[in-house]
Amino acid sequence: MTTHDTRPGSTGGADTPGPLYGGPDDDYTPEQLAALPREELDRLGARYDGVEILHVEPGPEPGSPLEKRAVRQVGLLFGLAGLCAFAFVVVYAGAGWFLPDWQWELGSSSFSVLYTPLLGLLMALAFTFFGVGLVLYTKKLLPHETAVQDKHDGSHFDRVTTGATLVGGLHNSGLKRRKLITGSLAFMGGGLGLMLLAPLGGLIKDPNEGDPLGTTEWAEGVRLVRDDGTPVRPGDQEPGSLETVFPAVPEGNRLADAATMLIRLRPAQLEQAVPRSGQEDFGYGDYVAYSKICTHAGCPVSLYEQETSRILCPCHQSQFDVTQGAKPIFGPATRSLPQLPITVDDEGFFVARSDYIEAVGPTYWNRERI
Amino acid sequence: MARTATAPGAPTTRLGKTALEVDDRLIVAGPLRRTLNKVFPDHWSFLLGEIALYSFIILLLTGTYLTFFFQASMTEVVYDGSYAPLRGLDMSIAYASTLDISFDVRGGLLIRQMHHWAALLFVASIVVHMLRIFFTGAFRRPRETNWLIGVALLVLALVEGMTGYTMPDDLLSGTGLRIISAIILSIPVIGTWAHWAVFGGDYVGELIVGRFYIVHVLLIPAILLGLIALHLLILVKQKHTQFPGPGRTEHNVVGNRLFPTFAGKATGLLLVVFGVVAALGGLVQINPVWLWGPYNPAQVSAASQPDWYVMFLDGSTRLFPAWDIYLPGNYNIPALFWPTLVLPGILFTLLMAYPVIERKLTGDTASHHLLQRPRDVPVRTSLGVMAISFYLVLLLSGGNDVIADKFDISLNAMTWIGRIGLLIVPPIAYVLTYRICLGLQQHDREVLEHGIETGVIRRLPHGEFIEVHQPLGPVDEHGHGQLAYGGAPVPKKMNQVGGARRAIRGFFSPIEEPTAVELEQRGEDRGLAPAEPQRELTTSGRPAEGGRPAEGGRPSEGGRPSEGGRPQEPRD
Repeated sequence: MTTHDTRPGSTGGADTPGPLYGGPDDDYTPEQLAALPREELDRLGARYDGVEILHVEPGPEPGSPLEKRAVRQVGLLFGLAGLCAFAFVVVYAGAGWFLPDWQWELGSSSFSVLYTPLLGLLMALAFTFFGVGLVLYTKKLLPHETAVQDKHDGSHFDRVTTGATLVGGLHNSGLKRRKLITGSLAFMGGGLGLMLLAPLGGLIKDPNEGDPLGTTEWAEGVRLVRDDGTPVRPGDQEPGSLETVFPAVPEGNRLADAATMLIRLRPAQLEQAVPRSGQEDFGYGDYVAYSKICTHAGCPVSLYEQETSRILCPCHQSQFDVTQGAKPIFGPATRSLPQLPITVDDEGFFVARSDYIEAVGPTYWNRERI
Repeated sequence: MARTATAPGAPTTRLGKTALEVDDRLIVAGPLRRTLNKVFPDHWSFLLGEIALYSFIILLLTGTYLTFFFQASMTEVVYDGSYAPLRGLDMSIAYASTLDISFDVRGGLLIRQMHHWAALLFVASIVVHMLRIFFTGAFRRPRETNWLIGVALLVLALVEGMTGYTMPDDLLSGTGLRIISAIILSIPVIGTWAHWAVFGGDYVGELIVGRFYIVHVLLIPAILLGLIALHLLILVKQKHTQFPGPGRTEHNVVGNRLFPTFAGKATGLLLVVFGVVAALGGLVQINPVWLWGPYNPAQVSAASQPDWYVMFLDGSTRLFPAWDIYLPGNYNIPALFWPTLVLPGILFTLLMAYPVIERKLTGDTASHHLLQRPRDVPVRTSLGVMAISFYLVLLLSGGNDVIADKFDISLNAMTWIGRIGLLIVPPIAYVLTYRICLGLQQHDREVLEHGIETGVIRRLPHGEFIEVHQPLGPVDEHGHGQLAYGGAPVPKKMNQVGGARRAIRGFFSPIEEPTAVELEQRGEDRGLAPAEPQRELTTSGRPAEGGRPAEGGRPSEGGRPSEGGRPQEPRD
């Protein structure tokens, strides 16, 4: 090789185009190609792509009843598709203009009830007619050909030459010998990676600060109020009934972990009642109050079957027995529902004696430690 | 270039001239021809993945539309829209804007419901597509990478579905979010920290809908889009698999070229998928959020079910026994952790690793482009059916309260049926499937050996009755067929081997001449003979005489290495 390069593109030589196309353009002159019929050209090109057309079953003969019928079918489907699409536009835009209003009002039984179904139906018909028409067109009117395409394994030549280029580049970089560069590169890579991840630290917060998981808004003297904010007296509930109560704090009924079930036991239930040890005095008379947040996955346990004293969680069917300190007796829950210690204040309304003495809601890693 | 003006074959039409202008600048004729000529095999089961692709397109289109109206904010407002029963209620902006989409945006409800239906269809078609890949062995070398990408797509689709489910912030999605929160809390050691990172504090906070929103509309869709592109790129590069059959080998693909046949059919399918989703979105109500009401941590509705693709996890959660693990130091691992995180972790890891596991167990490391029929790989098929039965028990258990209610069965009995069923149904499914596979194989072999039962009973001179069998090929001196078992479908009825003429077309009256049909059939009979040399493909891969033009022809130029005259490798 000389330093004087005469190939095109370099300044040293004449700038004439080289063999631009190569390959098939060398084999077939434009004159030869011009002489070939279109089908031959198609097959020739396909052959260059490794595709052999084995068998062509021509479509129906032009003018034959079969063709006319297929054309009629396809044309009809395309026509119907267009019709439905235009109808969609008319219904969509015309509602409230020359058609009745589309907006649905409670109790209305007119056009507005049909608006969305009508739009969906028309859009569906437009798409489906078009699609079916296209499939019929392909199946009934196009020639059916069977083509075979070669599947190539990797080329040994390509592998060896590419490998040489890659290894050559790596070799020229000298990274194997220049240990200082590889070392500093690795150091820098680690640093850059950490630097890019570091801002995610903004997401990290300490879950143990102030023990939000272990505490609720309940506290000594906080009244038990209903969803509408009214306080509850011992005489308000029938025996065997359940009422959801919230702490009497602002937005108390929107708190995620404070919802509590105030249950008045029937005399029969009261006789069987076996409170959890150390919590015998948490109830008030025939009233007991349990957290409504399931100890399994945090759903509100809501379904109280007072004949069997069971509360069912509708999410995963854990069942708790209110006469046994809301102990789980079936399903995946493992812990009793925490009991809220209650009493009655001077005015005769229910109040909490303290917060729950354990964490409400689902179990977590260090729940027992807090 | 000057030669274009006068060269022979230069385009004379306006279209041709435009095409020439384009190709002069972009040089796309070669790649375009290779694309148009690409051969796709023809089998209905190869369209399942396409359905997933098309529903994803619907999701992108409808989802983009929804973002014009949806506001992912948990700030509380008083609803003042046109749905009277909820007017005056406190709710999040997210829920209020979902109600607006449903009631105050013209056609918004249709798009919202189409989006939800397309999501269900997206996951469903991915699952069914994967089952096809699994049972036909299409994941084997060289396609393990695409299998991995497929599993990743499935997992991402589930996460995408779950985040989307949370968006409306209604009572149902809030309940789902509460369970997600409990699941994150249940992770050992880092659970509370992870929860604080995801929710920005204790449940529920003000951030989660906004965070899930950006995950739902940007992060995961971008990854999905990239992975889908890679999935298709690899598919095109590796070319499609095909079922074994005449002329089909490990080194070719038999079917239709992309243009126009395959493109026509694929576009037709796309439109039909669009049509089905539009019909569902318009006619079949889904997730009527206005009936659930705004989210309230103290409220829940019975039969709170997730979308179908999360139901198997709901089922596993319902079935898992109440086993908290207490560790020294007053730490514990909640029972919730196992069925919601460990179980799917194991399931998806097994799914991802299956190609490697099978390769290790069978020692089969060869490349495969021909598919297997499920019956020919009884162990894999039985494993697959076993996995499906396991999954189905979980799925049904996810709705066991509804089943208990509708069929008047005890709820606790349903839970126990699920627990026991989960352990005993899969092994039974395995054994049954294994026997069925062997039986199907046996029948194929029997037909190959003895021929098709013709239904013709003959009485032999000594009084014995026999049924005449039609051999499928040459027979030996005992009358036994000599065709080897090839893993391809075997005709079982005389009609399948031309025992009957094809029916005359026409519904009410014939639309073709019976005599013409007869002539046509004779022509076809003749047509079969020249098609016979195709069979040679099984050995050589391509017909020898078809020949490539200028074999060994390209002269090497200017130091350019010769490629031995082979046309360039198709750059798909």
